[in-house]
Amino acid sequence: MGVEGIGASVVRKEDKRFITGKGRYVDDIKLLGMTHAHFIRSPHAHAKVKGIDSSAALKMPGVVAVLTGQQIVDDKVGNLICGWAITSKDGSPMKMGAWPAMAPETVRFVGQAVAVVIAETKNLARDAAEAVVVNYEELPAVADVHAAIKSGAPQLHPEAPGNQVYDWVIGDEGATDAAFSKAANVVKLDVTNNRLAPNAMEPRAAIADYDAAEEHFTLYTTSQNPHVARLVLSAFYNIAPEHKLRVIAPDVGGGFGSKIFIYPEEMVALWASKKVGRPVKWTGDRTEAFLTDAHGRDHVTHAEMAFDAQNKILGLKVKTYANFGAYMSLFSSSVPTYLYATLLSGQYNIPAIHAEVIGVYTNTTPVDAYRGAGRPEASYLIERLMETAARQLKVDPAQLRRSNFITQFPHQTPVIMAYDIGDFNASLDAAMKAIDYAGFPARKAKAKADGKLRGIGLSCYIEACGIAPSKAVGSLGAGVGLWESAEVRVNPVGTIEILTGSHSHGQGHETTFCQLVAERLGVPISQVSIVHGDTDKVQFGMGTYGSRSAAVGLTAILKAMEKMESKAKKIAAHALEASEADIVIENGEFKVTGTDKAIALPMVALAAYTAHNLPDGMEPGLKESAFYDPTNFTFPAGTYICELEVDSGTGKTSFVNFVAADDFGRLINPMIVEGQVHGGLVQGIGQALLEHAIYDASGQPVTASFMDYAMPRADDVPSFNLSHTTTLCPGNPLGIKGCGEAGAIGASAAVINAITDAIGTNNLEMPATPDRVWRTIHAA
Amino acid sequence: MYQTTYHRASSVDEAASLFAKGSESKFLAGGQTLLPVMKQRLASPSDVIDLGRIKELQGVELSGDTLTIKAGTIYYDIMTNADVKKAIPAIAHLTSVLGDPAVRYRGTIGGSIANNDPAADFPAALLALGATVKTNKRSISAEDFFQGLFTTALEDGEIITAVSFPVPAKAGYEKMRHPASRFALTGVFVAQTKSGEVRVAATGASQSGVMRVPAIEAALKANWSPSAIDGVSISASGLLADIHGTAEYRANLVKVMAQRAVAAAG
Ligand SMILES: Cc1cc2nc3c(=O)[nH]c(=O)nc-3n(C[C@H](O)[C@H](O)[C@H](O)COP(=O)(O)OP(=O)(O)OC[C@H]3O[C@@H](n4cnc5c(N)ncnc54)[C@H](O)[C@@H]3O)c2cc1C
Repeated sequence: MGVEGIGASVVRKEDKRFITGKGRYVDDIKLLGMTHAHFIRSPHAHAKVKGIDSSAALKMPGVVAVLTGQQIVDDKVGNLICGWAITSKDGSPMKMGAWPAMAPETVRFVGQAVAVVIAETKNLARDAAEAVVVNYEELPAVADVHAAIKSGAPQLHPEAPGNQVYDWVIGDEGATDAAFSKAANVVKLDVTNNRLAPNAMEPRAAIADYDAAEEHFTLYTTSQNPHVARLVLSAFYNIAPEHKLRVIAPDVGGGFGSKIFIYPEEMVALWASKKVGRPVKWTGDRTEAFLTDAHGRDHVTHAEMAFDAQNKILGLKVKTYANFGAYMSLFSSSVPTYLYATLLSGQYNIPAIHAEVIGVYTNTTPVDAYRGAGRPEASYLIERLMETAARQLKVDPAQLRRSNFITQFPHQTPVIMAYDIGDFNASLDAAMKAIDYAGFPARKAKAKADGKLRGIGLSCYIEACGIAPSKAVGSLGAGVGLWESAEVRVNPVGTIEILTGSHSHGQGHETTFCQLVAERLGVPISQVSIVHGDTDKVQFGMGTYGSRSAAVGLTAILKAMEKMESKAKKIAAHALEASEADIVIENGEFKVTGTDKAIALPMVALAAYTAHNLPDGMEPGLKESAFYDPTNFTFPAGTYICELEVDSGTGKTSFVNFVAADDFGRLINPMIVEGQVHGGLVQGIGQALLEHAIYDASGQPVTASFMDYAMPRADDVPSFNLSHTTTLCPGNPLGIKGCGEAGAIGASAAVINAITDAIGTNNLEMPATPDRVWRTIHAA
Repeated sequence: MYQTTYHRASSVDEAASLFAKGSESKFLAGGQTLLPVMKQRLASPSDVIDLGRIKELQGVELSGDTLTIKAGTIYYDIMTNADVKKAIPAIAHLTSVLGDPAVRYRGTIGGSIANNDPAADFPAALLALGATVKTNKRSISAEDFFQGLFTTALEDGEIITAVSFPVPAKAGYEKMRHPASRFALTGVFVAQTKSGEVRVAATGASQSGVMRVPAIEAALKANWSPSAIDGVSISASGLLADIHGTAEYRANLVKVMAQRAVAAAG
């Protein structure tokens, strides 16, 4: 309804403050009497902390305190938790090594904090930190996943012999073996999914403010889910009870998953604020971000796919080693299991799947969810396999995919997921048409005549979003429910506030969520504001990740809207002396259908709050809330096709074209969706061509700055050609599937498939740097 | 950053005397190298003497067969300067692929060569063109000026005032950009002087900084064309190797970039 309703590309309301530098981030907040924290971090990948001498530092100007890991243990602050319990195939629970917020005894990755200096300014804290003498006894370290599981490898945690966190399986091994024994062809592939550093534009930050009189804490933090932060900090870390802790996540400059987790720095800031009796601020710098923000991906996988003589897939076997780094971060355990292996069926009818995932500790930064989380790894694997299979079986890669597509819905895969709806042929057709797939051989031949290596690569991805049905994730080991909550407050003057447990850190909720209100009430979005990111304002929420804010968060708002509208209609009917069933809402008015009798929303709201003339027994006010728990995941899917050329002299890739045909269900704001896809594609291309968080054999990070870690820039990526083929999600009333992660999930396979097509190989690891591509061409 | 004292000099002489007064002074030009290093607390000058407002260090002059670029001229001004584009377009091209726009608007030719990063672009141009570095004390040939990684002939407190380039008959620069930093993974500057001499310099390749490439010079002297380099073999020994390029890859790039630079030079 109206120009600002669902489906309208409304300009983002929040951009005025962001573009004019008026955003309010944690680091912009200054409290009276605030002190500054600087962490002392281990330069070693693995070492014993033999002693910390802070006597000289304590005498330096402006120093308030130097606090150590031993003190945090003495004060009984809890160890960091992992919120998803995974059970190994032998029935044993996953092996958790203890992770104190600052290390009292042993450091296990470069950058792990051992102590913190609190001082009057950040610079004085840094000065004093240089005077703190930490006596380390270096231990042998291991960074590589294969090296870590070898016998005799350095051991990280006594709780986890062999550095193994878990050995988990999914699917029917017997059925899969039987499928392989019938196979006419088996395709095998080894792939590495490179480790990435998330690199949100805004580094993490925290300000903790303890009020001794009230025994109350306020924490300002860069969080994607402030309520989850409060819950975890209260329930597990023994810092403050929930009713005495307010968590505020103001403007947050990007997260990509890395700001879901509760990190040591927030815990230390809270604890230290009480100890020193003053507010404590910590703002990370870029180096700290590289060293301590949870990394993403880092899988090593061997996979085999069995085909019958008609090129139909019979079965899939997968064995994956997942590098978790030195500790199990908050949701890390679920990423290579329930967010990865459950998507291994891809868009295909695969009768039998068996996957084994071995989680491994190494002396590296902890790894957790990063844009896509598990699903990019699954999609990359399946789509590399399909391309390799097409080459081995000598069939057109589009045709091989098409002949194996799932076409009947709902579809139960052998790995838990039940796909509700989709039309995989439609997105494949749209993408092939957009790139003129039929004309590719002629283009390739022409390029060859000009001395260029041209390739085309497909990626037909599927993902599970709208995370997630609480009962389902609970049965799989999740420690939380994944519903969302919302509240609609109509003020006495008819303006509207929407309180949501979703959190916007780039997604544009302040615009899209208003569009739902505009759609239903016909009011301009300027009359609506979105309140989020403060546990004192919003009742509860599970936050934003897993492309869940529209599918789950917005549906919760819809449920609350429906309750509010129902009450408002009763008030309107009473005022208009009409039957409630005859009231319709149009252009901000409640009308008696078929008449010219109407009452405007502000009058209804005013009536609700003056309460002079309400229907008998009705409570005053116009404010409703709702919790919404989805019944299933949503399944965005689509086809990406990439056409590129490789310079054989330098190994450098240049894009010719990149088309994306996505099925996200209903789009609220197509412009914002386009932005989400662009960003996701750039991250997927970044993984394929540029990004890699590298450690040397001793666990020293090699890529801890932008001078070494290659982030994609605008001129590294093409202009994208986007389109949508839509099947509405049957699982939620708005028909939404979600769009936040698709690009990052689907893009990398398309790029690598295109490069391997261009240079005629099946084996090429990411990132396909010019050096690596050149060496591959010239090794052949 | 550690505490430091900032001074803004208005002339080269004033800068030199301010420098001498500090216990551990540093000149500041575009700050694109010095300031990040100070922010990381890897440098702690007692005094920072800003050369950025000194008029005599600004500008480009073309006189006869000599193009002179004053030390404080920023890359963007070099890239867009009409005399540079006319006399030595390869230098305009070099500045257009140097770093990113932020670096090009701040960084200076003087800062670049004083720093002598082994992957910086300008050292290759100076060496291939046989340029002369002018300081407040003397003139130094490019050959003598660059002395290995981050090392130059500059004495403590000596200020580069300008670089003079003899205008060549032909010149070209091609660079494979480092994917993260945009420095040269390897860049090659080729030049044919008006007297027919061929000089080729590579940056980003060698473990000892910018270098001449005699094998390519000989091939091009015999036949100024990209194909003349086909048969040249560049040894990987002594070349840089890191996560972005093996020594073999860099050896290949020396050749390929030289071929493309010759093609660009015409
Ligand atoms: C992201 C990034 C990308 C970059 N990419 C490239 C690239 O692609 N190619 C490239 O060549 N460079 C690159 N650089 C480096 C850049 O060119 C720097 O500008 C240059 O190295 C230093 O120049 P400056 O004017 O900034 O000098 P400053 O940083 O101010 O000074 C550098 C050093 O030179 C000294 N100095 C400065 N001027 C004089 C003078 N007149 N006389 C004597 N000493 C002096 C200073 O004391 C200091 O020691 C990059 C830098 C960054 C940050």
